[in-house]
Amino acid sequence: MSHVFLYALLGVGLFVLGLYALIVHAHLLRKILAINVMGTGVFLVLVALAGRNQDTLPDPVPHAMVITGIVVAVSATALALILMLKVNGATGKNELPDRDRD
Amino acid sequence: MTANGQTGKTFRLLLVLLLTVMAVGLGYAVLELHSSAGGLSKQVATNLEASGVSNPVTAVLLNFRGYDTLLEMAVLLVALIGVWSLGGIPDYRESSPGPVLDTLSRLLVPMLILVAGYLLWVGTHAPGGAFQAGSVLGAAGVLLLLSGWRLEKIFAGLPLRVILILGLGAFVTAGGGFLLIGNVFMEYPSALAGELILMVEAAATLSIGVTLAALFLGGRPEAGLDK
Amino acid sequence: MEALTLLQWVFDSLLVLCLFWLAGRALASPDLFKAIVLFIAFGLLMALAWVRLDAPDVALAEAAIGAGLTGALLLAALARLKSMGDLYRDDSDCGETKGDDS
Repeated sequence: MSHVFLYALLGVGLFVLGLYALIVHAHLLRKILAINVMGTGVFLVLVALAGRNQDTLPDPVPHAMVITGIVVAVSATALALILMLKVNGATGKNELPDRDRD
Repeated sequence: MTANGQTGKTFRLLLVLLLTVMAVGLGYAVLELHSSAGGLSKQVATNLEASGVSNPVTAVLLNFRGYDTLLEMAVLLVALIGVWSLGGIPDYRESSPGPVLDTLSRLLVPMLILVAGYLLWVGTHAPGGAFQAGSVLGAAGVLLLLSGWRLEKIFAGLPLRVILILGLGAFVTAGGGFLLIGNVFMEYPSALAGELILMVEAAATLSIGVTLAALFLGGRPEAGLDK
Repeated sequence: MEALTLLQWVFDSLLVLCLFWLAGRALASPDLFKAIVLFIAFGLLMALAWVRLDAPDVALAEAAIGAGLTGALLLAALARLKSMGDLYRDDSDCGETKGDDS
C-alpha cells in the first residue's frame, strides 16, 4: 500500500467531517466552510487515486479536473457569501428560518 | 439545531453512526482500487508532442479537454453575473489603509504581476499555466482593492466588460474559427497549436484575474464619463 | 533506502493527521474569525499535500486560490456580517442563546 492511499483515506475523512458539520451547524458561514472542506476532500481522493500507479507518471486528467474544480469552488463560494449577506440584510438573522418553528 | 437538547443528542448520535458507516464504505471502496491501473497517462504521453506544449497538465487543460476549460470560464462569468445581479453590497467604509498595508501593497503588487506573467509563460513546459497565473493576478487585484484603490469610472463600463469576456471569447474564437477550414469544433491545426494555446492562455489569465478581483469586490462598479 | 521511505511515511502521516485536526478545529471552533484563520492554514498545508502527491500545478492553484482568495472572501464576508449585525443589535429577538454566533 503506497502512501497515496493514506491521502485518499484523508479525503474520505474530510468529506464525512464536512458533511457532519454541514448538517449540524445552523450558521450559514459555517455551512459554507463545511462545503469547502467537503470539496477539498473530494479533490484529495481524485488526485490521490491519479497517482496510485507508482511506476508511471501520474495521470494528468484528474489534475486538470481538480484545478478546474478549485476555481469553480471559489466562484461558488463567492456567490454563496453574497447570498448569505443578502439573507442577513433581509431578515437580520444569520440562519435560514426553520419551517416548523413559527 | 441548538433548540431542544434531547432531540439534538439522539439526532447527533444517529448522524454520527450513519456517517461512520458511510466513511467505512467509502474507505473500503477507495482502498480496493487496483494499483496497476494507469488511467489515461499513457494516451496523454503518446499524444503530447502533437498537442503543442510539453506540460501534460496544460495539454490536457487547453487541448485534450479544452471543452471543460471553456465551460469553466463560462462558470466564472456566470458567478460574476450572479453576484452583480443580486444588487450592491455597500462598499467598505472609507478608511485609509495603515502603513503596513500601504507599503506592502506597493511592494507586492508589481511582483505579483511579474510572477503571474512568469507562471503564464512557464506553463507550457513546467508546472504553471493560465489558472495559476490568473489567480495570482486576482490576488494582486484583491490587495489593490483592500488598500482602497477603485477603478476609474471611465474604465468601469465597456472596457471592464471587454476584459471580462476576453478569455472566453478568445477560447471560442480559437476553437470555432477553424470550423471555416473544415476542422471540427475545438480542433487546432497541429502547426499552430502551441501558439494558439499561449494566446488563449494569455487572454484567460487576464479574464480570470479581473473576474476574481471583481468577485471579491462584490458590487458592480459605477460607470460613467464624469469623475 | 529504508531510512528515506520511513522518513517519508512519518512525514506523510504527520501531514495527514495535521490536516484532519486543522479541519476538525476549524469546523468546531465557536469563534468564527478563528475558524476562518484555521481554514486558511488548512489551505496552505493542503498545498504541501498536493506536492507530496506529485501534483505541482494543483499545489500552485491551491496556494493562490484555496488559501489566498477564499480566505480573503471569507474574512470580508465576516466583516460585513459584523457591521450589518451592529445595525440589528438593538431590536433582535434572541431569546435563546446561540452558542456559535459571534
